Amino acid sequence: MAKKRYAYYQGCSLEGTAVEYDKSMRVVFDALGIDYVEPEDWSCCGSTPAHTVDHVFAAALAARNLSIIENMGLDVVTTNCPSCLMAFKKAQYSMENDETFKEKVNELLDEKYNCGVYAKSSLQILYEDVGLEAISNRVTHIIPDMKAAPYYGCIMNRPPKIAQFDDPENPISMDRIISALGIEVCDFAFKLECCGAAFGVPKRKMVNELSKKVIAMAEDAGANCIVVACPLCQQNLDLRQEQINQTTGSNFNIPVIYFTQLMGLAFGYTPKELGLDKLIVSADHFARSRITKQEYLEREKAKEQEKKAKKEVKKQETGEEENP
Amino acid sequence: MRVGVFICHCGNNIAGTVDVKAVADEIRKIPGVAHATTYMYTCSEPGQDEIKQAIKQYNLNRIVVAACSPRMHELTFRRTIEKAGLNKYYFEMANIREHISWVGENKEANTKKAIDVITMAVAKVMQDKPLFSSSFKINKRVLVIGGGVAGMQAALDCGDGGLEVVLVEKSPSVGGMMSRLDKTFPTIDCSICILGPKMVDVAQHDKIKLYAYSEIEDIKGYVGNYQIKIRKKATYVDWTKCTGCGACMEKCPSRNAYDYFNFGVAPTKAINIPFPQAIPKKAKIDPNYCRQFTKGKCGVCAKICPTKAINYEMQDEIVTEEVGAIIVASGYSLLDLERLPEYGGGRYPDVISGIQYERLLNASGPTAGHILRPSDNTEPKTVVFVACAGSRDKSIGVPYCSNFCCMYIAKQAILTKDHIPDSQSYVFYMDIRSPGKGYDEFTRRAQEDYGVKYIRGRVSRIYPKGKKMVVRGADTLLGTQVEVEADLVVLGTAVLSNPDAARLAEKLHISYDTFGFYVESHPKLRPVETNTSGVFLAGACQGPKDIPASVGQGSAAASKVLALFSKDMLESDPAVAKVNINKCVGCLKCVRTCPFQAIKENQLRDGRIVADVIETVCAGCGVCTSTCPCGAIQLQHFTDNQILAEVNALCQG
Amino acid sequence: MDAINLTESIDWEFIEHVKEESGQDPALCYQCGNCTAGCPYSHYFDYPVSQIMRLLQAGQKDTILNSKAIWLCATCETCTTRCPCEIDVAHIMDVLRIIARRENRVSEKDIKLFYDSFLDSVKKFGRIYEVGTLMSYNLRSGHLFADSDLGPKVLAHNKIHFLPKKIKGSDKVAKIFDRFQETLKKHG
Repeated sequence: MAKKRYAYYQGCSLEGTAVEYDKSMRVVFDALGIDYVEPEDWSCCGSTPAHTVDHVFAAALAARNLSIIENMGLDVVTTNCPSCLMAFKKAQYSMENDETFKEKVNELLDEKYNCGVYAKSSLQILYEDVGLEAISNRVTHIIPDMKAAPYYGCIMNRPPKIAQFDDPENPISMDRIISALGIEVCDFAFKLECCGAAFGVPKRKMVNELSKKVIAMAEDAGANCIVVACPLCQQNLDLRQEQINQTTGSNFNIPVIYFTQLMGLAFGYTPKELGLDKLIVSADHFARSRITKQEYLEREKAKEQEKKAKKEVKKQETGEEENP
Repeated sequence: MRVGVFICHCGNNIAGTVDVKAVADEIRKIPGVAHATTYMYTCSEPGQDEIKQAIKQYNLNRIVVAACSPRMHELTFRRTIEKAGLNKYYFEMANIREHISWVGENKEANTKKAIDVITMAVAKVMQDKPLFSSSFKINKRVLVIGGGVAGMQAALDCGDGGLEVVLVEKSPSVGGMMSRLDKTFPTIDCSICILGPKMVDVAQHDKIKLYAYSEIEDIKGYVGNYQIKIRKKATYVDWTKCTGCGACMEKCPSRNAYDYFNFGVAPTKAINIPFPQAIPKKAKIDPNYCRQFTKGKCGVCAKICPTKAINYEMQDEIVTEEVGAIIVASGYSLLDLERLPEYGGGRYPDVISGIQYERLLNASGPTAGHILRPSDNTEPKTVVFVACAGSRDKSIGVPYCSNFCCMYIAKQAILTKDHIPDSQSYVFYMDIRSPGKGYDEFTRRAQEDYGVKYIRGRVSRIYPKGKKMVVRGADTLLGTQVEVEADLVVLGTAVLSNPDAARLAEKLHISYDTFGFYVESHPKLRPVETNTSGVFLAGACQGPKDIPASVGQGSAAASKVLALFSKDMLESDPAVAKVNINKCVGCLKCVRTCPFQAIKENQLRDGRIVADVIETVCAGCGVCTSTCPCGAIQLQHFTDNQILAEVNALCQG
Repeated sequence: MDAINLTESIDWEFIEHVKEESGQDPALCYQCGNCTAGCPYSHYFDYPVSQIMRLLQAGQKDTILNSKAIWLCATCETCTTRCPCEIDVAHIMDVLRIIARRENRVSEKDIKLFYDSFLDSVKKFGRIYEVGTLMSYNLRSGHLFADSDLGPKVLAHNKIHFLPKKIKGSDKVAKIFDRFQETLKKHG
């Protein structure tokens, strides 16, 4: 059977402030042998601003891209950005379920869209189509010092009727991917709490306050790194971290890293290849503290044996026998 | 043939959307119809009198009443015409209310449909044959399914009334949900103190035969004569020898068995007696945890048992009981915390259900009545109660109110203050539903005397923060979001039907609603009857209800059975299948398809094999008539000719 | 606050309009407050979302369309996900915002300006040109130095392009804008 080919929609922010998300995703997709092509001359999905104007108009901006992909003969588009993802999914949902809506959208387009393209996040592709086993098999390095708080953002899994992926209250896909990399995952209660979304520019204080809650909860959970899947979340938590400290009197210094960058590190790629240098709060120390999987396993084995030996000694000392 | 047709206005129920006068005018034109008239309430006494008079006046010999569903009044009118001297099967009812006036608004279309439906009924009544009931003896024993408070009440009342009772309880002890409760609202009397004596009465009553840890395997028969197969599940302890000394439980090395009685608040032993007041007080092994079963070696209990009651080889046993009526009191279940992911979905040890909290409050519970939170065994100072945890929530398929959570939450909040005087309780609620006697005063007392803070709004999210659980909700009266940092959160989880409610209903041939609750015969007037005669309902299997309502229904169901058994003989319904032996070729397809095993093989004197219907067993479902390849088996009152007459009338009209 | 005269002030047409445009029935709401309880923006709203729903049930069009809440909603979908009555609350907020914009009632001008700057960039280049969007917003809003502290950070990490990249089909994207404007004019 031929390998599944996905259309990859990069999205505007991955050309700019989130360029490292794009870079690291390509590295990871290539490493795992995922076949993807980019639609030519894609345009903005419309994002949040378009759906404050009109739903048909918003759907049309998204559907222009879906139509290009449809004409390439592909039926699944993957994107890193949850905002683009939702724009595609909502357009698809409304057009599929409402003929007149579909007609109205198509009236705004040059090339009619026939509803043949389904959007999936790169997270979903990695979790469902590639699978944890393949990811785990590809791991060459472990970061033993990392305690990760997986932060999904609000619209990766919600609303469930449209997102159709993972759990809308307690998603686990990213948790499991991080675990598959051999990295410790914290029980993080604010996986889905909103960071302030696109209000950063006009309502900076509000966004800073909301983002603060997310970071504070991650630190409470014992995390020393926040792992994200959304460029806007990343921007609000990383680029604005100093703003948050100034606005709210906090004193955070916690790296906010894309899950694809983390995968790349575990697959043995260099920080440069993964755009780690683009992060405002540096995560370089994690890259430096990596050890090879071999070394890690030996270390774990030694620990296990030490534990066993201690138990043995204790048993002999107390002379107690185990219950039958 | 002189047919009389009586068309009911039913006040405005029918006349509002059906032109009844026009219908009567049209029906009068049908050949054979000697009289057609309308009446405001045909079922009323003057209405029935008018039918009787018309029978005499117009010399009528067939009657059609066009009114409500036959479920409602067919029996009423059959009695009416019987009193006027006609055979009661010379009667048809045309349902022009439920099937027409209540479902359509177009008066013209409704009127036309009413004419069609009555025309069919007239065609059928002309084909009707007189039928006569035979009578049969009743087995005056009663089966009660479920040993909770409703079932026990029913069993005791039946027993006291002199009936022999077979009581089947699926768990190892009777007592049901009530035996888990600490105190009861609104009087705060100790639950087990008032229930315990009832449980003992059940055990000692000479008329009650108790099958604990048993389930209904199969039900055959009909009102007056049921054969019940009961599965006695293997306990791996010979209960005839077990004295309930508890030595096995003490020595059992497997300490991590799930404690069903305590709803998993703490683990129990693999061999256990569920609670000190259990009836019967006998031990039982849980093979999912017992080392003898999981590892193939242990045998500690067998060694320790002074009466050698342990039997690891024990198998389930099927026994048969014969009864004449059945009371179903199979109870309810509670929503699993997993269904509430925004409240942690059961992942947080300090977010528990209301029934689990009862066990923490209870002196014979795992904490000996000290409220200790599960995560670290410390006393909680701030306790938050969340009402409607899953109830009134369409999104998880429970749109209904669970009836008693408001009340037990008020009770638990009061008890919390009693146990821990320096504690503070909060209750998130949407509406306080306390319509019972003394109930509303009770919820006021929680707020006025015990300082419980009631917050009107739903809880959106519960999450851990350090050692606390943050409860984030709304105070809609203040119009704001609120947060409480709690030590312990108690969820008033939704009441659900039993997971196996549907399966039991199918064995009983009774109906159940979308949510698995059993449907009573009439919501107001026949609340403990079902549409299957001889089967009665009691307690929360019919819908969420509290203790007084359950006990009331237990007694009501018992009185229904006692009334039924006050006669020695019952009349059979003659509308059953009948074999024309001249047409029957003896293929016996009907024997194989009959869901009631009501048809048997019969050899005639000439050696020919034919089918034979056992009249009293036949439920009149008609499956056999559609199976018979030569039309030899006919359902009386619904013969092919009678049904085709209706079809013809419709097609010609 | 004056008493709301319900006999006179319920705008039934408005209720029907929202119902039709959103496909959601506000009568299903029983005011449990779950949406307010979960909303991350509750503290910033002038009316919490459950009260917006209540105002909608009461047909209080002006209060709703003049509220800040409908502009501060970020469509995080928490309310929609947890509504026990299965109402798509976020979608209703979306529709209310669209109606407000259509009727030129904008209580949060900065937010609208930001969205407009964003869409201008899309219309002009086909994609978002981040620097341009920010500068355009700053000029139009008068907040000349909004987020200027972030400039050195993105510069140092080489995260930004100073020249807009125009896609080949940017005219086609602009046509979507134009056609949409035409349909608006057509339908008044």
